[in-house]
Amino acid sequence: MTDKIDIRSANPLAAQAYQARLKKRYRAERRFRAYGLAAIMTAGMILLFLLNAIIFASLPAFSHHYMRLDVEISTDYVSAQTPQEGNYLGLVRAALREQFPDVTARRDKRALYKILSLGAADGLQKRVMAAPDLVGTRVSLDVPLSDDIDLMLKGLIDRSLPQSDRIVSDRDLVWVDKLLAEDRITRKFAFALFTNGDSREPEMAGIRGALVGSLWTLLVTLIVSFPLGVLAAIYLEEVAPKNRATALIEVNINNLAAVPSIVYGLLGLAVFINFFHLPRSAPLVGGLVLALMTLPRIIIPTRAAFAAIPPSIREAALGVGASRTQVIMHHVLPLAMPGILTGTIIGLAQAAGETAPLLMIGMMAFIVDVPGDVTAKATVLPAQIYMWANNPERAFVARTSAGIVVLLTLLLVVNAAAIYFRRRFEKRW
Amino acid sequence: MTKVKTALAFLIGLTMASGAQARDQIEIVGSSTVFPFSTAVAEQFGRSSPFKTPVVEATGSGGGLKLFCAGIGLEHPDITNASRRIKPNEFQKCQANGIDMTEIMIGFDGIVLANAKGAAALKLTRQQIYLATAKMVPTPGQPCQSEACVMVANPYRNWRDIDASLPDSKIEILGPPPTSGTRDAFQELAMSKGANQFAYLKKLKKTDKSRWKKLTRTMREDGAWIDAGENDNLMVQKLSANPNAVGVFGFSFLDQNSDRLKGASIEGVPPSFDNIADGAYGISRSLYFYVKQAHIGTVPGIAEFVAEFTGAPASGEEGYLIDKGLIPLPFSARQKYRNDAKNLTKLSM
Repeated sequence: MTDKIDIRSANPLAAQAYQARLKKRYRAERRFRAYGLAAIMTAGMILLFLLNAIIFASLPAFSHHYMRLDVEISTDYVSAQTPQEGNYLGLVRAALREQFPDVTARRDKRALYKILSLGAADGLQKRVMAAPDLVGTRVSLDVPLSDDIDLMLKGLIDRSLPQSDRIVSDRDLVWVDKLLAEDRITRKFAFALFTNGDSREPEMAGIRGALVGSLWTLLVTLIVSFPLGVLAAIYLEEVAPKNRATALIEVNINNLAAVPSIVYGLLGLAVFINFFHLPRSAPLVGGLVLALMTLPRIIIPTRAAFAAIPPSIREAALGVGASRTQVIMHHVLPLAMPGILTGTIIGLAQAAGETAPLLMIGMMAFIVDVPGDVTAKATVLPAQIYMWANNPERAFVARTSAGIVVLLTLLLVVNAAAIYFRRRFEKRW
Repeated sequence: MTKVKTALAFLIGLTMASGAQARDQIEIVGSSTVFPFSTAVAEQFGRSSPFKTPVVEATGSGGGLKLFCAGIGLEHPDITNASRRIKPNEFQKCQANGIDMTEIMIGFDGIVLANAKGAAALKLTRQQIYLATAKMVPTPGQPCQSEACVMVANPYRNWRDIDASLPDSKIEILGPPPTSGTRDAFQELAMSKGANQFAYLKKLKKTDKSRWKKLTRTMREDGAWIDAGENDNLMVQKLSANPNAVGVFGFSFLDQNSDRLKGASIEGVPPSFDNIADGAYGISRSLYFYVKQAHIGTVPGIAEFVAEFTGAPASGEEGYLIDKGLIPLPFSARQKYRNDAKNLTKLSM
């Protein structure tokens, strides 16, 4: 230990070079850290910007302007015996006319009706159907305004522009101003966005049909791809001999995970619809197609989960006399479960955001009814978002962003579940 | 393992059940231009009739006719929408599969060129549109009257290069993609018509039609024409952000965004509801749908749906489709198609 030399005192020149090198190394280190930080910051900023833009653009869709109307449920329009046949829109329009007694010409009346949504009478109809004894009485209710008037009230249509440059006419402005002065217009949360199926009227269009369609589709995907994927992985990892055939299968599975998803759509069209004659636009077919797509994405992480379990577990079980099946079912599979679940959930989350393969099998369609089972016509969330983006009505811009927010929330929940399962059951060796 | 077995049994059961199921819902495919109208009628029909709301898919005019003509049977669609008339080869394919159809014209649609409200106003002729969009054009400065006409790769980069009256800005046109019927119609009604104002090209149509088609309907590929979405709200954002950019799309889209976009006049006629309805505006086309006769009576509600679509409350002059941007047929024409629908008049070509 005594012959250790401090090079700084022994050779001033070498010490200088040493110091310079050290500095250079530290500089390189700092630079490297700065690059990494810059990369994360850039990605974070882009993400923040995108999220911000989407959330900001979606805000108008979550509320809608309603107008308070006192409706005389006259027996001219509805009878208490057959409330389902009533002319409810006529009732609401008559009540609207009461507010504007000076509007008499047929053309003007038609223009006046346009400040109300076509779905203005839906709430009233529901109420009267539930309680037919309301017929003949007078009720006060809030009815939705049309999408254009709503946009104007939200400030998304500039009312200072000349009339020819905006969708809302000067006359509409006069009518709406009168209603505003009478304090009849209120802004409320747009429940329709979550309770309705699709519609061509933006204020009545809801995400529920697509959300339920997505859930049915994912259910089929899960039922098909989970057992198949896990069984395939067990066989390949635990049972199959390691030879050329299994190596070939392995390479192919890895390749399948990288196949563009539209290819699965074409396959689904050819096999499930044209050959097996399964119904078009159904979650059953959509789920099967997505299951094919998800299979390799389940098999690969499942195999990795099996491979991560120490051989000592298997050997110990075999040592006390367990059969191969018992080793797998009692020991390896339960221990690998957190990894399998994580892989499955992430695979499903990818499937939930998939549009391209569903385009081929008719799930990109205008469907009003909320699907009741896996063979009913249905669409899915990303397809719904795309269709809303293509609609000409201005109010669909906000609906599109709102749809994206719902889809992102769904994915966030699913991914959070994956993290939870991993944390909860993970074992470290 | 029992779980897996039950799951498989469940799935097989579902498959069998669905195979046996009859269809009680009308299936509609076809043009994305007719889609907004077709869906509006479908929704109204679902609400006001005892039938289920029809399912409408936007597959494009060509894609829709392909599905429609594939055969008779519940797995094939009942109605297809088209933003152009059925072509003879498509019709023959349909006939070969034993499909008889009724043709219904529902109205007109104008194709507009529009730019941002703040940008310079465009006053175009169809000849100028051709010169701005085609891949090959006559050599600038040549009258192109005879065989001596030499076609060159499109040299025009600025609108002013085409005509001194046009604004001094880069040519940048966002148009529909090749799969779109709007693009077919734009090529046929704007580009080819514009090209025919050169005497040589007009003569070429008679002497060598395939070369004429190639010359007058090929889009330039040097970046001045950009394939964009069709009726996409993104397009409005792109156009508002870039005053040089000009977009090509259906009139209903301009109508809904009149505060942000303005349409170019064609041969001095601005795109407006009235100008398209009376045919004064140069680039307009008819919209159709085709009904499979064999399915009427098998799938409930088809006849009633067609009656709703052709009725005055929907496609008449004050109908709800007019609010959605459809340009209505004259009364007598609508009456004719209404009768065709009622009598199941067979289309023949």
